[in-house]
Amino acid sequence: MLPIIFVLPLIQLIILSNAATFEIKNIKFSYIDNDNTSFSRALINKFEASTYFNVVSNFSSEKIASASMLKGEVDVILEIPSHFERDLSKNKKTDLSVIINAIDGATAGVENVYINQIVQRFNKNAQAKLIQPSDIVNKPKNISTITSFWYNETLNYKTFMVPGILVLLVTMITLFLAGMNIVREKEVGTLEQINVTPIKKHQFIIGKLFPFWVIGMGLLTIGLIIAKVLFNVPIVGSIALMYLYNSIYILVILGMGLFISNFTDTQQQAMFISWFFVVIFILMSGLFTPIESMPKWAQNLTEFNPIKYFVEVMRMVMLKGADFNDILPQLIKTLGYAILMNGLAVWSYKKTT
Amino acid sequence: MKSKNVIKVENLTKKFGDFTAVNKISFKVKTGEIFGFLGANGAGKTTAMKMLIGISIPTSGDAQVAGFDVFKNPEDIKKNIGYMSQKFALYDDLTVKENITFFGGIYGLSRKQIEEKRCLLVEELGLQDIVNELVGSLPLGWKQKISFSVALLHNPKIVFLDEPTGGVDPITRRQFWEMIYKTANNGTTVFVTTHYMDEAEYCDRVSIMVDGKIEALDTPTKLKEQFKADTMNDVFLKLARG
Repeated sequence: MLPIIFVLPLIQLIILSNAATFEIKNIKFSYIDNDNTSFSRALINKFEASTYFNVVSNFSSEKIASASMLKGEVDVILEIPSHFERDLSKNKKTDLSVIINAIDGATAGVENVYINQIVQRFNKNAQAKLIQPSDIVNKPKNISTITSFWYNETLNYKTFMVPGILVLLVTMITLFLAGMNIVREKEVGTLEQINVTPIKKHQFIIGKLFPFWVIGMGLLTIGLIIAKVLFNVPIVGSIALMYLYNSIYILVILGMGLFISNFTDTQQQAMFISWFFVVIFILMSGLFTPIESMPKWAQNLTEFNPIKYFVEVMRMVMLKGADFNDILPQLIKTLGYAILMNGLAVWSYKKTT
Repeated sequence: MKSKNVIKVENLTKKFGDFTAVNKISFKVKTGEIFGFLGANGAGKTTAMKMLIGISIPTSGDAQVAGFDVFKNPEDIKKNIGYMSQKFALYDDLTVKENITFFGGIYGLSRKQIEEKRCLLVEELGLQDIVNELVGSLPLGWKQKISFSVALLHNPKIVFLDEPTGGVDPITRRQFWEMIYKTANNGTTVFVTTHYMDEAEYCDRVSIMVDGKIEALDTPTKLKEQFKADTMNDVFLKLARG
């Protein structure tokens, strides 16, 4: 069992960090070129050159194109009007029609931005070619922004995800193990034997916590090594600080698991309740969706989500190099949570009925 | 010393909602006695025993076990008793040796004491070959004997045995009762529930529970006289059928 406890989450870390990406690539791009000039072909070449688009089809009519989108063969249809080159050179204005499959709204939005950028760039070049030198004086100056991305300069998605997924794995494994633990002893009958001994309640709970605490710390260690070696995630901050936070954080999760374990009679029940919490905690942790974009009431709920704090701390310390004072609010809340959950675990463990 | 009562029970009652599992039972158990606690399935034996070992709080009545009150000092009772449940309750995934160390530790024995106890047990039960085996891999008979010995690790004043010989073969049952006798001879009181009426004959005194009440309590010989029966089996049948 022990190798499984370590190996499974690490496989998850490696697979999820590579697969669970919000970057949109391999967009199935198609076009209808009604103009068929060197100009329109140049535009299409821009899309072909992009790593985000795969040009899959060239349709002769909109009808065929729509049918193809219905079947899911293409994500994007770009329709170039006839007289595209002529209108652009004469009137300096023309319209392009873009149809995007927006079943996944977020993806569609991103695709739209990509397309716009390519068209804009194409447009700029086109203007440069067409504008007469005399016009330059009158041309309004373009305002352009120069963006610098901090803490993750290359916008590497993995840099963002790996610390978060590591948090999930530490949480899930320790919660499930702890959640199953006492209830398993109830099922087997050993708990009754323990209950007729003079063992103190807190001794019992500490005895239950400790092995899983060690496993949780071990998971973090291996996870950090993988993050560094395999994903080359920068570890800017103090490793000791991460361990300090993790050591308290695991206590929260374990206390929660033991609390669940005390309230259930079978391992199935414990599993069911653990899943309930894990799913809510994960989806409301800010790991996959930003907390800032949740409705207010949901944002308030996330205050009770330990995973949220852990994700914050890991990203702050690993990527920003936050120090002790920076993570103090999270640390204090987590500590309070740990005391509460373990208090409840000790309280809910009844030696008598 | 022999006549001192180590368990005193007065009108002890346990109700679960409307259902009265144990209805005003009263009895006394003397030090060093083998006290048989008999009854049909569901008569309330296990419930009554759980109150005496401090893991179930009685609804009403009074009980003193090993000099401590079941309401006020259940944890003090636990230090002075051993318990072996009808469900085998050592850790299957620990070895015999580890189980002994673990339970010895819980009862506050020092490493040295545990070591001595273990050597003694290995000697007495002939565990040399299996002391490092996982308990889960042992036959039931062995498990029960080890379980009993573990219940005695801390030299308790009373040992409670809940159907200790359920499902084991006659030879092992015989050996088990030899262990019980030996324990009682050493001054430990034995409180035992059983279904086997031949085992009831081995007890010093026997109580028979029917529907939450103690219907008879005496030595096996006197019970047989009282109910004009040849064996404890007949006594039990007469009582249980009302």
